[in-house]
Amino acid sequence: MKVMAQMSMVMNLDKCIGCHTCSVTCKQAWTNRSGTEYVWFNNVETRPGLGYPRTYQDQDEWHGGWVRTKRGRLKLRAGGRLKKLATIFASPKMPSIQDYYEPWTYEYDMLLSAPQGAHTPVARPRSLLTGKDMKIEWSANWDDDLAGSTATMQDDPVLKHMSEHVAEELEQTFMFYLPRICEHCLNPACVASCPSGAMYKRAEDGIVLVDQEACRGWRQCVTGCPYKKVYFNHKTGKAEKCTLCYPRIEVGLPTVCSETCVGRLRYLGLVLYDADRVTEAASVEDEHELLAAQRSLFLDPHDPEVVAAARREGIPEDWIDAAQASPIWKLISDYEVALPLHPEYRTLPMVWYIPPLSPVVDVVASSGNDGEDPRTLFAAISRLRIPLEYLAGLFTAGDTRPVERVLRRLAAMRSYMRDVNLGNTPDEATASAVGMTGPQVEEMYRLLAIAKYDDRYVIPTAHAEQARDLEEIACSLDYEGGPGMGGAGPLGESSGPPVPVAVENFHALSSRQTADSPNGPSTPGRVNLLNWDGNGRPDGLFPPDDEGKTS
Amino acid sequence: MLWVVLPYVTFAVLVVGSVWRYRYDRFGWTTRSSELYEKRLLRIGSPLFHIGLLVVILGHLAGLVIPASWTAAVGIPEDVYHLVAALAGSAASAVLVLGLLILIYRRRATSAVFLATTVMDKVMYAMLALSVLSGAWATATTQLVTEHGYDYRETISPWFRSLWYLQPQPELMAGVPVAFQVHIVAAFLLFALWPFTRLVHAFSAPVPYLFRPYVVYRSRDEGRTTAAPGGSGAHRPRPGWEPPTGPARRS
Repeated sequence: MKVMAQMSMVMNLDKCIGCHTCSVTCKQAWTNRSGTEYVWFNNVETRPGLGYPRTYQDQDEWHGGWVRTKRGRLKLRAGGRLKKLATIFASPKMPSIQDYYEPWTYEYDMLLSAPQGAHTPVARPRSLLTGKDMKIEWSANWDDDLAGSTATMQDDPVLKHMSEHVAEELEQTFMFYLPRICEHCLNPACVASCPSGAMYKRAEDGIVLVDQEACRGWRQCVTGCPYKKVYFNHKTGKAEKCTLCYPRIEVGLPTVCSETCVGRLRYLGLVLYDADRVTEAASVEDEHELLAAQRSLFLDPHDPEVVAAARREGIPEDWIDAAQASPIWKLISDYEVALPLHPEYRTLPMVWYIPPLSPVVDVVASSGNDGEDPRTLFAAISRLRIPLEYLAGLFTAGDTRPVERVLRRLAAMRSYMRDVNLGNTPDEATASAVGMTGPQVEEMYRLLAIAKYDDRYVIPTAHAEQARDLEEIACSLDYEGGPGMGGAGPLGESSGPPVPVAVENFHALSSRQTADSPNGPSTPGRVNLLNWDGNGRPDGLFPPDDEGKTS
Repeated sequence: MLWVVLPYVTFAVLVVGSVWRYRYDRFGWTTRSSELYEKRLLRIGSPLFHIGLLVVILGHLAGLVIPASWTAAVGIPEDVYHLVAALAGSAASAVLVLGLLILIYRRRATSAVFLATTVMDKVMYAMLALSVLSGAWATATTQLVTEHGYDYRETISPWFRSLWYLQPQPELMAGVPVAFQVHIVAAFLLFALWPFTRLVHAFSAPVPYLFRPYVVYRSRDEGRTTAAPGGSGAHRPRPGWEPPTGPARRS
């Protein structure tokens, strides 16, 4: 047994209202740059729908993730190592920009500079790739809230695996939102696909990252990831992906998407798992067994043997405490209400979901029945086959039993807590019907419905926290080559040794973001000519002229 | 002097330039792929170009590095060698030129790709096209039209090897056909440009991929570890944050 810690997330889909606040704040924090216009580390999909990029779940088309060979071994679906290198000159299964969308801006300048005329000036859309006028035909969320879904919904890969004619029926009964970030898998196919070895899983917390200095732009990770959560920055020629906001996590803060989530539906915490058994769990023959196999990897943090093994591996004491208090462990293994997204890709994803019960309740309530009566709900859950099968297509490789079990637990919690809130004696039979006890149900209710900040996010802080604070007091700008050392270095920005991210340059970055001049007050902006794409005249290309303006 | 100074200057620029670029601009060290913009032509052109190029490079190595006396010693007659070299070389250069033309057309005709083309790219493309086309031209005019072809193994190859012995013999290049001379000069200029263009991606051909464990683990510490979950790696990553290194020591 080799104990490793994994920072992971659970999302409670019942609470998602599809407001896209997570996507927007994430984008503002991480991908509001040229080259990453189309990059959404976090996106929210309406289900049923095509997803982003379009039909990414159709692995017959995109060849993401792993497959099990006849000999019981795992192989990348896009091909083994030799085939990968043989096809490296044109990564054949990589989505093109049309599968995402062509980024654009509007000619806002026209609104101000247009001469006086009979017609109101219009800001026309203009492509950010070609610079030409364009017709906007698709974007990251074109089918939001089922918009235009009669035209596109049939292409939903999850629906295609179900019977053909259910699409429109489904539309009338069922819709929910699916927020997605990188899954930070235990068996990441993107990492395995990277020819340069630039992608790695962090040994401490399992966050999957791209080393920007080592990435050579072979683009195999984009193909390898079945969730299509590695993006290619078309300006820098490097892969970029969700970092689980590791600079925040390291100092004990939740990710931006979690922090800003209006529905407070995200949970962050550690799980301990047995790294020696990862490959074994991912190679289980029956796809329906993958959920159980992955659950069996997680180690009970309260088990003294596990704690002892974790200490032997050097996992610090406060991390073990955090694993014991982890909401993720509770939701996945105690209450067993969280399910992984597409376990059949065999990457062992670590962002899990509590499937939504509310659509079922809505159907029951709108038919005039009591939406909180356990028997009515239980019956409805098993009767509403279509939503059940759809959820199973997302979360359990098509096996409806685990989904049904989760929904029954959520329904039982609803009925039980109604009795509590109305002052009736809660019916212990409701809880025991789903294999729980009354107090367990109340605990789960506290975690899911009350969802206090400190219960949702149990993030052990960096060990060096105090030392870091002291560093920052000393002078956060004075590291070698930092702004405090004067200037951006002889070769311009983004050249030279790596600048440490996170606490050390937090203040430097924030002052730069709020500065009036894009180059900051003191740093003469210089341009790295090797990275300059030849367009325009970036500020700092020429030295300031006599008036002190940059030309 | 052209046949002495240019090669050594080029070699120095190539080595020093690459080391400099690797040390100071690892972030810019990439293929700068434009596949995201355009895929259909790239899927045909790029493999044709790269595979043709690899074969051509192997051919150059065989022709320039292996002395004629060696092939004669293992019993390959000169005319058989010439026939194989001329045919294989022509086939590979045809593939290479076709791929290059497709890629150049694509770069010009696809507006998104053209917009993403830097000045350095254009210079590089010009030199690349010049050396490839002049090489193909030299092969076509000297090797295919006449029966025995031009025997570069008596002039160019010994000159090339003499550079490596540090006893350059520029006089060998005196009577070489112009097409070859143009090709060689263009190629040296291309090599001199190499470290400053996207061509550096050739130096990071990912051969180690074949031998490393699939999943790479690395500690937050700068040091790299590639331990497999099964523990086959040499170094065991230590969970938990590494002790802080003072900001001054961080390089």
